[in-house]
Parts: sequence; structure tokens; C-alpha cells
Amino acid sequence: MISGADIMIKCLEAEGVDTVFGYPGAAICPFYDSLYKSNIKHILVRMEQSAVHAANGYSRCSNKVGVCVATSGPGATNMVTGIATAYADSIPVICITGQVKRELLGRDVFQEADITGACEPFVKHSYLVNDTKDLPRVFKEAFHIATTGRMGPVLIDIPQDVQEETIESFEYPEKVDIVGYKPNYRGHKMQIKRAVELIKKADKPLIVAGGGVLSSGSKLKLVRFSEKTGIPVISTLMGIGVMPSEHENYLGMLGTHGKKYANRALHESDLLIVCGARLGDRAVAKPDQVSRTSKIIHIDIDPAEIGKNVTTTVPIVGDMKNVIEKLLEDVGDYHITQEWCDTYSEWKKKMFRIPPVHEGFVEPRSLVAKLSFMMKSKGILVADVGQNQIWCANNFRIREGRFLTTGGMGTMGYSVPAAIGAKLARPTRDVVAVCGDGSFQMNLTELGTIMQNKVDVKIIVMRNNRLGMVRELQTNIYGNRFSGTILEDPDFKKIAEAYGIKTAEVNSNEEAEKIAEKMFKLKEPFVLICNVAPETPSI
Amino acid sequence: MKYTLSVIVENHSGVLSKISGLFSRRAFNIDSLAVGVTSNPAISRITIVANGDEYVVEQLEKQLNKLIPVIKVKRLVEGEYVSRELALIKVHCNSKQRGDLMRIAELMSAKIVDVAQNTLTFEITDTNDRIQTLSDLVKPYGIKEIVRTGTVAIEKGQGEVYHSGFND
Ligand SMILES: Cc1ncc(C[n+]2csc(CCOP(=O)(O)OP(=O)(O)O)c2C)c(N)n1
Ligand SMILES: [Mg+2]
Repeated sequence: MISGADIMIKCLEAEGVDTVFGYPGAAICPFYDSLYKSNIKHILVRMEQSAVHAANGYSRCSNKVGVCVATSGPGATNMVTGIATAYADSIPVICITGQVKRELLGRDVFQEADITGACEPFVKHSYLVNDTKDLPRVFKEAFHIATTGRMGPVLIDIPQDVQEETIESFEYPEKVDIVGYKPNYRGHKMQIKRAVELIKKADKPLIVAGGGVLSSGSKLKLVRFSEKTGIPVISTLMGIGVMPSEHENYLGMLGTHGKKYANRALHESDLLIVCGARLGDRAVAKPDQVSRTSKIIHIDIDPAEIGKNVTTTVPIVGDMKNVIEKLLEDVGDYHITQEWCDTYSEWKKKMFRIPPVHEGFVEPRSLVAKLSFMMKSKGILVADVGQNQIWCANNFRIREGRFLTTGGMGTMGYSVPAAIGAKLARPTRDVVAVCGDGSFQMNLTELGTIMQNKVDVKIIVMRNNRLGMVRELQTNIYGNRFSGTILEDPDFKKIAEAYGIKTAEVNSNEEAEKIAEKMFKLKEPFVLICNVAPETPSI
Repeated sequence: MKYTLSVIVENHSGVLSKISGLFSRRAFNIDSLAVGVTSNPAISRITIVANGDEYVVEQLEKQLNKLIPVIKVKRLVEGEYVSRELALIKVHCNSKQRGDLMRIAELMSAKIVDVAQNTLTFEITDTNDRIQTLSDLVKPYGIKEIVRTGTVAIEKGQGEVYHSGFND
């Protein structure tokens, strides 16, 4: 005989899970009891939202799926922001929640919340498990759904008595068979042929790469495609890292907060090859304008993305890896003209500038650029939300590492818990979280998780005593009426010290770099407070 | 533009809320939605009649397809399917009016399924247009209540949205 809770552990083990992030409570106690006896490591976070962000960071940096656990009611609802964040960025995460006993469902009892109902718009799929016998199939399906097609969070809500009930035996299914779920990986032959014809005829083709290139593991293929054809690449916020920042074919991030020359290229190009990007409003404010002047090849695993935001000339539904491989084969020895190459290289040179320094403050953009080279080549930088995010997006010189941030939801407080997940997934890499003073305070309590688990992440707080990005909006649009954006900060150093974490506060780039050098030599966490001039712009 | 979709779904609890949630969330307007089980009890068929332009229909089809319990979505082609709706219409009626109303029923091939002292209830199974006609015809007598099932549709001839694997 085996209990539902033991089955849950066995399912996780069958999926190769060795770490879960969570926070217990009564309705999930049977699972926690089985967890205690298992070899799976539990990371106790300080708030359930962080458990999801940590699982998100873990998924993005490993070949595994991040798993997070919470109790019913408030534990589950605390997860919602994390789930919505993972959904908006198409990150696979498995969220397990306890639920009140079956006989009590629907009676509004203590800590009952309809979490599958609440999360309906934010999950790729969800289950409310009614029968202990269903657990193995549900887990198998959940992992399959989360990690295939367009990835995303899957929620499994399990009543306490389903965890307690015992059944005869456990058997993990080998295969899944979900009639209504068959992602298409191949890419339609005819459409690929049409795409190749368009490419061969284009004068100024441009690749717009999004997060889909990274999640499908096709970044090296994309680099090869760009190098072989000479076609330059711009990326969305989620696509940063598809190419090394200093690659001569790479023009940086597009959009409202992107690089001038990336946007220039977007508007002058006559053929956009959009790869795994949904082109939301922050990336392309007026999509019709773009589709009026250029042809568009849109490659995505999710058919619903195609034609949603921009009108497409050639749609290709399929896995990026397969499609790019096929395009690479079929373009033959096509190469862009020298003229197009010279044009964009020239823009890049002409529009490059070094940000001005504010005396007595750290210049965050220059600092991020510097930090990139202090980190090891495979380092992972997690940017939070706000001006700090844009400073990182445009100035982190990515080499073989990763750039993580939340582009879809823009959830403040993402960076620290996501960095914890990233570090646990990649213990040998440098992991740096860069946040603002506002966003740092949203999940500040995770310093406790860092302390307790000795997670070696370096946290850089860009302290401008402002909700800077909103402040900037108020400067530009609301006549400097700083409504609700002035932030009085505590002594962050004392807070870090209270958690036993080494810390320093700096007022210039020289100081910052000197400390950072020492910081990267330490094998322990560090909080570096950088005082930044409040008027520093985002770009 | 009006269009009719046939949606084949797994017969789980919660499927309908996923589908109706999708409509409201993405601001798609539905005229009617009718659900019923198919010859395979594990599979239901939903007929949706909705309004919108080509962009909206296409998005709707794609978003429906993304839902895991949705097995198939098919947009039915104008003229290549038959559709019917059932309506029950309860009308005020005194003994003098009864004869007239019975003649209207005959004319519209509607049935009278309940007669009481002051009311009379029609059952009509027909196209939306003809149901509308009947309701217009009886309106002067005073409609007390009207209940409609929503449209169901099936393709003509050999057309088949989904073979459920049950041949009985
Ligand atoms: C949870 C959440 N609440 C509010 C916002 C709106 N918002 C976007 S940026 C920003 C300011 C962020 O301030 P800070 O973290 O100090 O970063 P800065 O812009 O100053 O670098 C706010 C409030 C958000 N993105 N997320
Ligand atoms: Mg700030």
C-alpha cells in the first residue's frame, strides 16, 4: 500500500526532480511528511510568490523543470503573481498546492480557495485531483505539458485526503496520451520554401529574436544562420542572450526602451524574420506600421501568436530548432549585400555613446557593462523591473551566460528569488541579481532563504530613492508631479548584516568596481548598495 | 459577421468554464453556446455561434485549440451545414385568442406543449430566423417567457467534424 503523498514524491523522483521550493501548511502536510523521508531537497522560501520565481529561475537555467509547493488558501493565492509571471514569459514550472479535503470542497471552509479557478487565465493547464489513483497520470501529463510546445506553468491542486489515501501500488506511466494536445514541431514544408524565397529576394532582411529562441535551445543555430547569411539580429527583452552582445551582427534590444539602432533597423528593414517573439506593445508600439513597410516571416511554436499582433506574410508554426536548421539548409549561399551590412554597422558606430557621470553617484549603465566582464563568461545576470532592468538589458555584455528578467509581466521583486533558483540550478556559475531599491524591498525577505541555504548570489541594489521608472514617466508626461514615487529607504546595509550577509555601500564607479572585484572572489552572498542619481534616465 | 464553430472537447468538469472564460477574457462576443455529449460519453460537442471579423474568428479558433481538453475546432462553412435551435415560448392567451394562436402554431410548424387558463406554450425547433418570426408573430399577445437552447449545427452529407470512434 502506498499513500498519495508518497506517490507524489515518487512522481517527482521519476521526473528527475531533486529540488523543490516551497512553504508548508496544514493541507500540504502529508506531502511534507513524505518529503521529509525522501532525498529531494526542500528550499524553504519566505513567501510563496518567491517559490514560484525561484522555480522559474531554476527552470530557465537548467534542463529541468522548477517545482514549487504551497498550502491551500493563502499559500496558494500568494503564488498567483509568480504563476502569472511564469505564464507571461512562457517558463515551465510545476506548482503543487494542497487543498481542503474533498468532502469540504465548495463549502468555504478554513483556508479553502478555488486556486484552479483563480489561476485559469495564467496557467497552461491545471488539475484538481479527485482520486489518488489519478496522481501518476496527472504528474506525467503536467510535466509533459509544461515542457513541450509553448512552455508554461502547470498547477496541480491536491486535496489533503487525496494525499492521505492509500492505494494498492504505484506505477508511473511511460507515455502520455492527451488527445487534445499535440504540438507541431516540424514547420510546414511549403511555408519554409516560401520563407526562403522571401529571404533570397530581400534587400534589408533582419532577424527579430525573442525568448522562444532561448527556450527552444536554438541560440547557437540562430547565430550560425546569422553568420552564414550576414542577416543582422535584434532581440526583444526576453530574447537577450540569443547572441553574444558584442557580436558584429547583433544590434541589441528593440522597443520603447531599446537601442536606437535596433529600432532604426526594424523600421528600415524590408523583411523581418520574427523568431519566437510575440511582439508585444513594448517591443513594437505600432505593429501595423511595421507590417505595412516590410514583409514578415513569423516562426513560432504557438499558432495563436502568429497574426495576433502583426500581420504575417509567411507563418511558420514549428519548433525553432527544426525550422532554423531547415532554413539554414535551404538558403544555400545567400548573403546580404555589403550595402546593408555597411549601413547597420555604421548606425551602430554612430549611435554609440558613453553615459554621462553624476558626481558623487554610481553611473549604473557603465557599472553594468563593467560587471559583465568581472563575472565569468558563463555568468547569469537576473535583472529586476524598472530602470535597473533597462540599464541591465542595454548594457550587460552577455557572452556565454544568461540574462534573466520578466518581460511579459514585469513583476517587481522577481530578481532575488529567481537568482536563488538560478544559483541552485547552476552552482558553479556567477549569479548576480540587479534590482532597484523598490523592487529589492518587494522580496527583501528572501535574504532569509539566502542565509539559511547559503546561496551564493550577489545582489546589486541600484538605490535612487525613487520608483525610478515611474518617476521618469512622471518627468516625461506628468509635469514632474512625483505622485507616490519618492521612496524613503532603510539602511540596507544593516538589513543585510542582520541576515549575516556581507555588504557595502558605494557612491562612485571606482568604488563599486573595487568592491565588486572582491565580491566575486568570495564564495558567499553579498549585497552591494550603489547610490544612483535620481535623475538618471533609463536609456 | 456571424459564424458557427463546432468544438469537440473532453467531457471533464471545468471544460465549460475554461471555454466561457476564454471568451470573456479576450472580449469575444458569443451569440449562443450549446453543449451536449456525443456518441462517445467521454466526449462532448459544443456549438458556438459568435460575431466578429476574420481576425477575431481566427484568434478564437486558435485560442480554443490551445486549451488542452479541446480536441478539435472546426469553423462550419456557410451553406454546408444545417443548424437548428429549440425554443419554448410562453404566451398570454385567453380563451378567445386560443384559436388564433393555434393557427399560428400550425403555420410555423410549432407544437403547443402546454395549455393553461391564461397561457399557452409553443415549442419550435427551427432556424434562428424562423424562431424570430414566430416570436414576432406572437408578440402582440404578450410573451411571458422565452427559453432557447442555442444553435446546434451539423455538416451536410459526408462532412464530419470528429469521428468519436463509436459506431453505434
Ligand atoms: C509588482 C509591481 N508593482 C508595480 C509595478 C510598476 N512599476 C514598474 S517599474 C516601477 C518602479 C521600480 O522601482 P525600483 O525597483 O526602485 O527600480 P528603478 O526604476 O528605480 O530602477 C514600478 C512601481 C510593477 N512593475 N510591479
Ligand atoms: Mg529605485
